[in-house]
Amino acid sequence: MGKFIRLKKGFTINLAGKAATKVSEPPPAETVAIKPSDFQGTYIPKLLVKEGDAVKAGTPLFHDKKLEKVMFTSPVSGEVVKVTRGEKRKLVEVVVLADKAIEYASFKKYTVSEIGNLHAEDIKEQLLASGVWTNLVQRPFGILAEPNAVPKAIHISAFDTAPLAPEYSILFKGQDHFFQVGIDILKKLTSGLVHVNIHTASDLSTVFSQAKGAEVNKFSGPHPSGCVGVQIHHVDPINKGDVVWTINPFGVIQIGKLFLQGIYDASKLVAVTGSEVTTPQYVKTVTGASVRHLVGGGVSGDNVRYISGNPLTGTNVGKEGHLGFYDHQVTVLPEGNHHEFMGWILPGGNKLSVQRAWGLFSFLTPGKEFKLDTNTHGEPRAIVQTGVFEQLVPMDILPGHLLKSILAEDIDEMEALGIYEVIEEDLALCEFADVSKHNVQEILRDGLELIRLS
Amino acid sequence: MKFLRKQLDSVKHNFEKGGKLEKYYFAYEAFDTFLFSPNTTAETKGAQIRDAIDLKRLMMTVIIAMIPCLIFGMWNVGHQHFLATGKTGTFGGEIMIGLIKVLPIIVVSYGVGLGIEFIFSTIRRHPVNEGFLVTGMLIPLVMPPDIPLWQVAVATAFAVVIGKEAFGGTGMNVVNIALTARAFLYFAYPSQISGEVWTFLGAEKATVSGYSGATPLAIAAESTTDVVTNFNAFGAGWADGIYSLWNMFLGVIPGSIGETSTLMCLIGAFILVATGVGSWKIIVSVFAGAWGMGLLLNMLGSSPFTQLPAHYHLVMGGLAFGAVFMATDPVTAAQTETGKWVYGLLIGMFTILIRVFNPAYPEGIMLAILFMNVFAPLIDYFVVSANKKRRIQRATV
Repeated sequence: MGKFIRLKKGFTINLAGKAATKVSEPPPAETVAIKPSDFQGTYIPKLLVKEGDAVKAGTPLFHDKKLEKVMFTSPVSGEVVKVTRGEKRKLVEVVVLADKAIEYASFKKYTVSEIGNLHAEDIKEQLLASGVWTNLVQRPFGILAEPNAVPKAIHISAFDTAPLAPEYSILFKGQDHFFQVGIDILKKLTSGLVHVNIHTASDLSTVFSQAKGAEVNKFSGPHPSGCVGVQIHHVDPINKGDVVWTINPFGVIQIGKLFLQGIYDASKLVAVTGSEVTTPQYVKTVTGASVRHLVGGGVSGDNVRYISGNPLTGTNVGKEGHLGFYDHQVTVLPEGNHHEFMGWILPGGNKLSVQRAWGLFSFLTPGKEFKLDTNTHGEPRAIVQTGVFEQLVPMDILPGHLLKSILAEDIDEMEALGIYEVIEEDLALCEFADVSKHNVQEILRDGLELIRLS
Repeated sequence: MKFLRKQLDSVKHNFEKGGKLEKYYFAYEAFDTFLFSPNTTAETKGAQIRDAIDLKRLMMTVIIAMIPCLIFGMWNVGHQHFLATGKTGTFGGEIMIGLIKVLPIIVVSYGVGLGIEFIFSTIRRHPVNEGFLVTGMLIPLVMPPDIPLWQVAVATAFAVVIGKEAFGGTGMNVVNIALTARAFLYFAYPSQISGEVWTFLGAEKATVSGYSGATPLAIAAESTTDVVTNFNAFGAGWADGIYSLWNMFLGVIPGSIGETSTLMCLIGAFILVATGVGSWKIIVSVFAGAWGMGLLLNMLGSSPFTQLPAHYHLVMGGLAFGAVFMATDPVTAAQTETGKWVYGLLIGMFTILIRVFNPAYPEGIMLAILFMNVFAPLIDYFVVSANKKRRIQRATV
């Protein structure tokens, strides 16, 4: 039996522009892109195709110089139309122009009973070659999983509490069978348990809660209870030297499809959300699809920001950009590049704050949806530990002290304070709420990289 | 507004890198961001939306919480003046006297403090931090109404330079700045800030017959008989029942400008706690510590002061003001949640200890908070160590 964990700390940001339960199926994406920067822990990506090459869905586009076996494959079939390089010829993205009908590279198919007899080595080989492997993320550091490692557990967060996050019951509807096979395969890769963490309040049918062979843990509470790092902390915490893997249910389902059907199926549902989207809804598309394709013309105004991911951890990719590899959400928010006269002193009803220094009477309108822009609402200042970080992190971790130890580049202190247990998303709310406007996630990543590369 | 914005934008290039007034960039920035919240947007990666709060708003909220104390304090300065001189004053007259006495102190405090802030921000090239918005208001509220303005100026300058800038500015100071100013005055000019300075008497110093300016703390410290009886007997003839429990709770008594009224401090506490700006843990634990220590002394002590019912301690002196506005300063308080309980409790206990056993200076809250400011990092050290230890234990089990 799994655990039941009640979390109280945290804060759910209630934004306007949630996706309606409708799923739209636009014509297939025209261009898709795979960006090495989406994968933490890659060293130097080496290109395996050149512009003009024809690829199938599952054909490797590049691999990493250090993790040579891990293939980064094309989500669709088509022609490699653009390879963008940045400073020092660093690979930025590989763009593929998609065929109308997708042609799949073929991998070995198995029946359910054959899967039961598979060995870890065979599984890894197929996962690595097909590109499905890249769904596995290793903790500490939140990097691409190392193929030779044997994790002490694999954790799957089956819900997302981030602002405007998609409902997993819609994203993964009807994929029960693939999910189950994915779990069966993952079990062979770990020395410990596979944990599926679900939320008590979600009306999630049986896709996750009935998963056999996995520990199903229940959680309750506001964001960041959906962050897998928070869940690991309560279920089976990461200590120094431990290796743990995490994977999104999408990846588990992809594993199932790979072994049952022998294909790399990158099709996914993406929630198109945000106050500036005229009809927020779910869109059927593929990994790495272009934002233009997802959003279409349904955006009000020009002064907007196109974010791949959720508003707390996402990336500003622009209208011509592409969806990030791990993202199931595109958010369009108004840009906040305007001054506000006496903005810090005048009362304002439409301002959201974790502390109620804005909207003292916000408790009167509990369901209110806020329309926030990207303005920082203040300038960087010296750190003042107001105690708000501690209210937002439902872990036995002192975020303020951890951040200070990172700024001081004190590795021993970072370890002692539990840096191995967190990655950016776990502390994203702190960045949101910080009165001194520090880039908390960037600081944390710097600390993680400092340890990882030292 | 657009005109103002245009003007600011048109001079901005002078202050930016390479401009001729580059040195004064942070002074410009302070003015600009005071008038207009900045137009900066979130970075490409990370949180794309940010909380509406910033340090300015945080500090502003504390000031708003202090307004009841300030207004009541102004009225009380006038009210005490008329009580002591035996004249009758109207409500408007009382407020007028309060304004005349208090406003200059506020102006001097802000003028000197902000002046120094701007100078330091220019020399040291760091942004003007908003911390002084609160400090500049706290300083007048802990001053006696009759304080000479030059002393306010000297104390403010000392507190800002030695108490804050020497450590690197807001966020890095060790002790509470307003209390540093108060402590400086107490130790530098002891005769002017103790004894009978708590009421503004006017130029002629003509008092009503039987008048005494002794504060409850002074009476309690000097009592050889039951303190409560002495309280109730005080003021007979010119201000009957001035030191009754209820009157002390309301704060219609002589004292520093803003700290006499426990009621007004509690209103401030409500604002701070409701907005999440002040830590309720610290406020509650200071009161709890003081009350607990009072009870303990009731059991153990034999002198009249130790026998004073514990709840009297909560309404006397500056305990409430210190608990609500001084102890909760996020920079100098303990920063861990467990640490806040310990920090507050110890402040409360030390306050009462100093009150009862220190014959030189009966007001303990100031010294107790300064003392615990210095010890707050030590408290945090133990709490943080416990956190680390839990993590190590978990790994070895």
